[in-house]
Order: sequence, then structure tokens, then C-alpha cells
Amino acid sequence: MTRSFLGWPAFPEAAEREVGNRQLRENVRRATHTIRGKRAVLAAERPDWEALRDAAAGIKDQVLANLESHLLQVEEKVTAAGGTVHWARDAAEANRIVTDLVRATGEREIVKVKSMLTEEIGLDAALEAAGINARETDLAATIVQLGDDLPSHVVVPALHRNRTEIRDIFVREMGRHGRPAPEGLTDEPAELAEAARLHLREKFLGAKVAVSGANFLVAETGTLVVVESEGNGRMCLTLADTLISVVGIEKTVPSWQDLEVFLQLLARNATGERMAPYTSTWTGLGPSKGADGDGPQTFHLVLVDNGRTRALADPTGRQALRCIRCGACMNICPVYERTGGHAYGSVYPGPIGAILNPLLKGLDDPQTASLPYASTLCGACNEVCPVRIRFTDVLLDLRAQVADGGKHPVERAALGAVGGVMEHQAAWKAAVKSIGLVGPLLLPRKIRLPGPLGGWTDSRTVPAIPRESFRTWWKRTEGDAK
Amino acid sequence: MPPNDPGPRTALFVTCLNDTLFPGTGRATVTLLRRLGVEVDFPPAQSCCGQMHFNTGYRKETAKLARHFVDTFGGYDRIVVPSASCAGMPAEAYPQAAVGDPGLAREVAELAPRVVELTEYLTDRLGVVEVGAYFPHRVTYHPTCHSLRATRLGERPYRLLRAVSGIDFVELPAQDECCGFGGTFSVKNPAVSGAMNGDKARHVLETGVSVLAAVDNSCLMNIGGRLNRDGHPVRTLHLVEILARTEQDGPMPGLPVVEGAR
Amino acid sequence: MTDARTEILRRIRAAAVPPAVAPPRHYLRHAPGLDETDRPTVLALFAERLTEYGATVLRADTAAAAVAQALDGARSVVAPVGLPDEWTADWSGEVLVDRPLLETARLDAADAVLTACTAAVAESGTLILDGGPGQGRRAATLLPDLHVCVVRASQVHSALPGALAVLDPGRPLTFISGPSATADIEMIRVKGVHGPRRLAVVLLP
Repeated sequence: MTRSFLGWPAFPEAAEREVGNRQLRENVRRATHTIRGKRAVLAAERPDWEALRDAAAGIKDQVLANLESHLLQVEEKVTAAGGTVHWARDAAEANRIVTDLVRATGEREIVKVKSMLTEEIGLDAALEAAGINARETDLAATIVQLGDDLPSHVVVPALHRNRTEIRDIFVREMGRHGRPAPEGLTDEPAELAEAARLHLREKFLGAKVAVSGANFLVAETGTLVVVESEGNGRMCLTLADTLISVVGIEKTVPSWQDLEVFLQLLARNATGERMAPYTSTWTGLGPSKGADGDGPQTFHLVLVDNGRTRALADPTGRQALRCIRCGACMNICPVYERTGGHAYGSVYPGPIGAILNPLLKGLDDPQTASLPYASTLCGACNEVCPVRIRFTDVLLDLRAQVADGGKHPVERAALGAVGGVMEHQAAWKAAVKSIGLVGPLLLPRKIRLPGPLGGWTDSRTVPAIPRESFRTWWKRTEGDAK
Repeated sequence: MPPNDPGPRTALFVTCLNDTLFPGTGRATVTLLRRLGVEVDFPPAQSCCGQMHFNTGYRKETAKLARHFVDTFGGYDRIVVPSASCAGMPAEAYPQAAVGDPGLAREVAELAPRVVELTEYLTDRLGVVEVGAYFPHRVTYHPTCHSLRATRLGERPYRLLRAVSGIDFVELPAQDECCGFGGTFSVKNPAVSGAMNGDKARHVLETGVSVLAAVDNSCLMNIGGRLNRDGHPVRTLHLVEILARTEQDGPMPGLPVVEGAR
Repeated sequence: MTDARTEILRRIRAAAVPPAVAPPRHYLRHAPGLDETDRPTVLALFAERLTEYGATVLRADTAAAAVAQALDGARSVVAPVGLPDEWTADWSGEVLVDRPLLETARLDAADAVLTACTAAVAESGTLILDGGPGQGRRAATLLPDLHVCVVRASQVHSALPGALAVLDPGRPLTFISGPSATADIEMIRVKGVHGPRRLAVVLLP
């Protein structure tokens, strides 16, 4: 049975559980710190880094402003190149389209290139329900699938697992799904990668149908782009007879030339490499329409909305659709570092998840409504985003939407009352004075305050309240400290 | 300056947190500025910049406090703020809170450039780095997120601290990581906030200092609360409370004095 | 009920996104810190970056001897259609010409593949194949464990923008930047997963 984030608890509850897992925290800390360092070196190597970010943000804003014409261009070019274009309003429709396409081939086992969108829509589970076994081929995605786990990072979905856990999963599960793990497998990363190579190779060589996503979709040419490291993408894109690519409508870039911006930013920011080892591009079935034995003979492109147009309608939030899924925001995020990805209850964790999930799904669900608060607003994500998403602006705007939606009436009343006092001089003066009357009060070092402040006092003392406020001192001395 | 020109009218916006819980920061600001020849007014109508409201999503309430701020400080040429996060509010948040109120938006746009964080005021407006301070103690400095990424104070606080006579300044490991406070974050997500704060406190202890300084008492309250609860004697002080002390004051009572300091 | 396409396009229009200004393009069009016309420096950077990936770089005036050296230890090499015969002239192993198309299993069993390329990028040590003469279909450069690629100096661009400008997006393209790799286990880089684990580049003048 494929696990899913369905019915996941709100962030504070899920995060508390994850924070308590020491092994997980250590795994996530180690991995994020490693990648942070690599990224910093590679970004610093480009004196025009900020200019590349400016260009990327600007190009993506053009995409959002011209999405309809871009998609129609894509449709025309892909169709002209021998591909078939499908449109899906939501996850169920996308899953139905892909399931029907696979069924029509008669295949029961297919291979997949890692794709966050197919995780988002729960494609593997939908195919499984239709009796189709979809095998992941990316190493991290394979670890997640074999471990009946959930992805915790957009670039490295198994980032929450360490080598020993991965070894145990391989030893336990590989044999049940194909070639077993080699005898005496150790937890050396190179050995684990070799075990995955052997296990997956027979899947690639036998597969007739492959499902992929795409990093970019060039409107002017109808070209799809997949960026990857291992070669599993190339295997799936070229060895299968039928290729089905499931792509979010926001993945378009206007022109072929625009790739020069994104391909220079993506790997540097995602994995700390100048380019990922493999970038594959294809346009429909190519000039030979699939007749030259190079790649699939049938190509389907499924364009998926699933909430993207909802995000597009949000004036502040739509910038989240610029995202190219590099994962830098989660790698730098101090909250993600403590909780890992699962706490966010979505395949999109970290800062991008905190804004994208509410934008895609709306704020009615308490889980999505809790996400805009899953941030200290420290702003570290703003600084690493290659498309200059202002995460803190969107988080604040979403919080305002939650507050305006009447989700937290008690909090609103409390802050409203405080605000009411603060904007009236006499009332505020009286309030400050009354605070002073309580003091000098030194609360015991270990006290638990009642109500929502209880969490604060679980790990901190409350500051002593001084005898004299600043304003009382000022009035008494007219600011003369002597 | 012409003989009768009183110079720029400078106000102190002490912030509601400092007014009530950290009055020593306000007093030190007044002391330091007076030593540097600047007399500040304290308009008593002042209260809160509305940061807590804004960061929790209450924009209408923020707009009311923005209106109050503009009314209170509109007549001043400079508004000095001993808090990086509160100092950033007029420029960052008020324009968004004022959406739909063009009058307020205009007044905010006009006022915001005159609101300046204290260390920036010292280094950029007064042009001083050496402020005649004496503090013979081992100190580290936590750059708060707002001071790093919103007010963008950069090297200013470090330059001021390093110029203090007698100080033994130690860099804080992993200093650019958030302490986990985040205003209501620490209340809504106490477990994560506590984990972040625990790491921050650990890094502070690694330095072996007796004082942790910063330019936001809110973050210091968070980190200090953790250190205190765990029984560590590290003191938290707003940076200005270090800058305000002179040789005449001598070492700060209760703190170990750096060996070799005068 | 409207069809999905109509509905999605309607939603996009309803989102009423205001027009965007032309994006600024103030980034470099060549590799930082060098002059594109300084060919020896561009080629040296290309070789350096490939070497960093663990690739073998052989600079030679003609292909044959260098190709033989790069293929040392291999018993069979896949030769795409259009590969110059003289490139394998000094090599004594088995040359598997991909015409008629070799079975996948045959490709998988071959020790090496020898190709040309259509362009290359110095800054990122990237080889770009477009399936043209001598470059082969994509599966052929994927399954054998050693890829030997012959690059002419004139094909090397200092940075990506120059290379993208000469490519035909209509063709299936593969950009190869070092050997297959993964960092999926604790973000530690491991070379060699599914693609060729060894890469050798013969750089001709």
C-alpha cells in the first residue's frame, strides 16, 4: 500500500513529533549543511549571480503573465512533432489520463523518472489501484518507494534517511521487487549506489512504458527538459516505447534562449554543481517522428493545473509559481533543518511548501492553514531563491488571509484589544504602569505559563519584570541618567 | 550649522518591549546619545510599532498602529530605534498595512526614511565607530535575522563592538542562523522554536563568553531565557548597554573581567 | 461540462495577471574571468573542468592514437552511424556499428561507445550530443560503461549561452557534464549510477 500525506496533522503537531526524533534531526542537519556549503561556493563562483537571479525572476514573471499563449504554443509544437497533448484540471483527472494511457499499452509494470508533480497527484497509488506497478528509478525515490516511506525533500526525497537505514531498506525490500541486494551489502554510499544500479537496470531494460515530469517546457519550440544526475532519466526517456510526461502548467519558459539562465542556476543552487551530469531535451518525437530507433515511438504530454491557476489568481502568492524546485530554500531553512520534510504534510516541504501548499489547495484545511506560520520569518530563503521568490512577503500575506478568514477569532480579539490599548496614549500608559506594579517580579526559573504561552516556558524562563518602565524613568528624570 | 539652528529634531522610539521589560536599553540609548552630543525627545504617546500584529496576519490592526506611529513621530527629523526589527517596520510593513488608505500610505512613505536603527544611526548619521565605551568583558554577538536581512546592518554592530575599549570580542559560531524566536512562532511552534533556540544557546556556550549582545531584545529574551533556564550565567545585553558604559563606570558588576584589561 | 483545456485556459484568463516587463539580461554570455577569443584559455578551462569530474582528457592532433589509448582495456566499442572510420584505425578491439540497430542487450553488453559531439561548454565541462552523424542515438551513449567522446576545439564554447545558440531544439539533445553521479545518500557524491561510469574526451585542434 502506498503511503500518502492524506489526513496529515497540522504543522505544529507533526513538527513536534519529528523534532523529537534525534536520528532524523541529525540526518537532516548533516545533509542540509553539506549542500549549503557546496551551493555557497558555486554561487560565489559566478560574479553575475545576482544578474542571473534577476533574469530568472523576470522570465518567470513573463511566463505567468502570458501563460495561456505559452501553453497554446506548447500544444501546437508538441502536436506538430508527433506528440499528443492532454489537459488535466486536477489530480484525479491527471491520474485517470495516465492510467488510461498505460492501460492502452497493456503493460503492468512501468518505470518512472522522479517527478514532484506525480508525487503531488499521487500517481503511483492511482496506478497501483488500477493494477499497474510503477517503479521509481531515481535512487532517492527508490529508497522512499522500497521503504514505503514519503518524500521529505524536492531534490533528495530520502534526505531524512542515513546510510545505515538505506542499507537496511535495500537488504529487506529489494528482493521482493526484483533483483535482491548483493550479499554482505555494507552501508558505504558507493556500494549502496551500485546495489541500486543492479536492481534497477533490469527494470529499465525491460520497460515498455515510462512516466516522467519535466523541469522546463519551452513554449516557443515545445521542448521538454529533464535535468538529472544518475542517468535513470535518460534510461526512461530513451529506452521505453511509450513516454508519458506529466508537467505542471507553470513549468513553461518562453524561449529556447531562456534555458541559458535556468540551466546555469539550477544545478549550482540545487546540488552545488555547475551543471547536473545529464540534461535531456526532446521535442515531441523529434525530426524522425520516432522512426530512427532513437527514443520512444509514442509521446504523451499531460498538462496539469491542480491548483496552479488558484495560485495564479493570488496577486502576492503567484510568485511561488516561479519555483524551479531547486530545494535551496529548504536546505537553508532553520525550521526545515529541525523538522525535516514530513512535518509539512506535503511533497513540497520547507519554505516553498509553506507557501505553495496553501496557494494550491486553499486555506480551508487546518493543515494547509497552519503552514504559513511554520516560519520564523528569518528570511534566509529569500536570499538563496534563484527566482527571487519573496517567501516572507507571501507568508505574511497568507497569514493575513488566514486571519481575515476568521480562523483565529480568539487571537484576533486578543491582539485587537492590545492594539486598541496601544494606539491610545492614556490606556497604554496605564497598561505599562500596571505591568510595572507587578514587578519587580522574578518568576521561578522553571514555571509553565498557562494557555498558549505554555510552550514558551517549556524551554525558557520568562524575563524579570522591572520595577520601573522606561517611560516612568523618563518622566521622573527627564532622561537624565546621572 | 548656523548659530540659531537647533539641528535635527531627534526622537527616541524605545519600542513597547524595551519600555516595559528592558528599560535599561532605553536608558543606555539616552546616555550614549547624550555623550555623543545628541539630545533626544521621548514623545510619550508612543507605544508599539505593530510588528507582532503584522507578523501574525492582522493588517487592519497594524494599520491603526501605523497611523498612531505617524501621528506620534511625524514631526521629527530622525527617529532612533534600539531594535532592528521594530526599526524596519515603517519601511517594510506599513506600506502593506496601508493598502487601501492612500493618505496613510503617503505619510508612511514620507516618514519611513527618517526611522533609523540605532547602530546605523551611530555609524552612518553620526559617523562614529569609537564611542568612548569601556567594557572589559568577553562578549559575543548574535546578528538577529531582521538586522541581517531586513535592516541589513552588515558590519556596523561588529565595528562598534570591536572599537570598545577593553572588550574581548569572540565570533559566534553559526551566527547567521535564526534563534527560533520569530514572535508568535515561538508560541505556535514551541517544539521547533525550542530546538532552534537550544542550538543557538549551545553555540553561545561554545564561545565561553560572559555576555551575549544583539540589537533586538526580543531575540535576546528568547536565547537568554534558554540559557537562564539551563542554569548558565551568560548575561544577555542589548549592544547599546555595552556602548553606553565608560571607564568611569568600571567593569560591569557581577561579570568576570577580562585578564589584562585596564 | 466544459473540457479540461477550455476550463484551464478560462481559469488562467480569470487570474488576470498584469503584463510583465521584459526581463533584465545583464548576466555574462561567456565564462567569468576569461576572454572568449582567447582559445587556449577556453580549452584549458574545458580540460580542467572535465578532469575535475574524473574524466580522462587526451589532447591530440589526430584522433586515432588518442582514441586507442582511451579505449585501452575495452574489448568492444559501439560505433554510431557516421563515425569517421579513421578514429578507430589504431584500435584492435571489436567495433560494433549501430546499423542495423543493435539490440538493447547488445548495447548493454558493449564495453564502450565512441562518439563525436555537436558542441561543448568549457565552464561546466559539458558535452552536447544531438544524435547527428557520429553521435549516435541516445541509448547508445547510455548503456556502455565507458563513453569516449571526440571534441574539436572549434566546438567548445566558454559558457552555456554560446552553445545553446548553435543547437537545434528540434533534435533530441543530451548534455553530459561528467559521469553519472548521485548525492542521494547523505548528500555525498558517488560516481556511477546508471549512465556510463567512465568518460574520456579526446580534444582535437
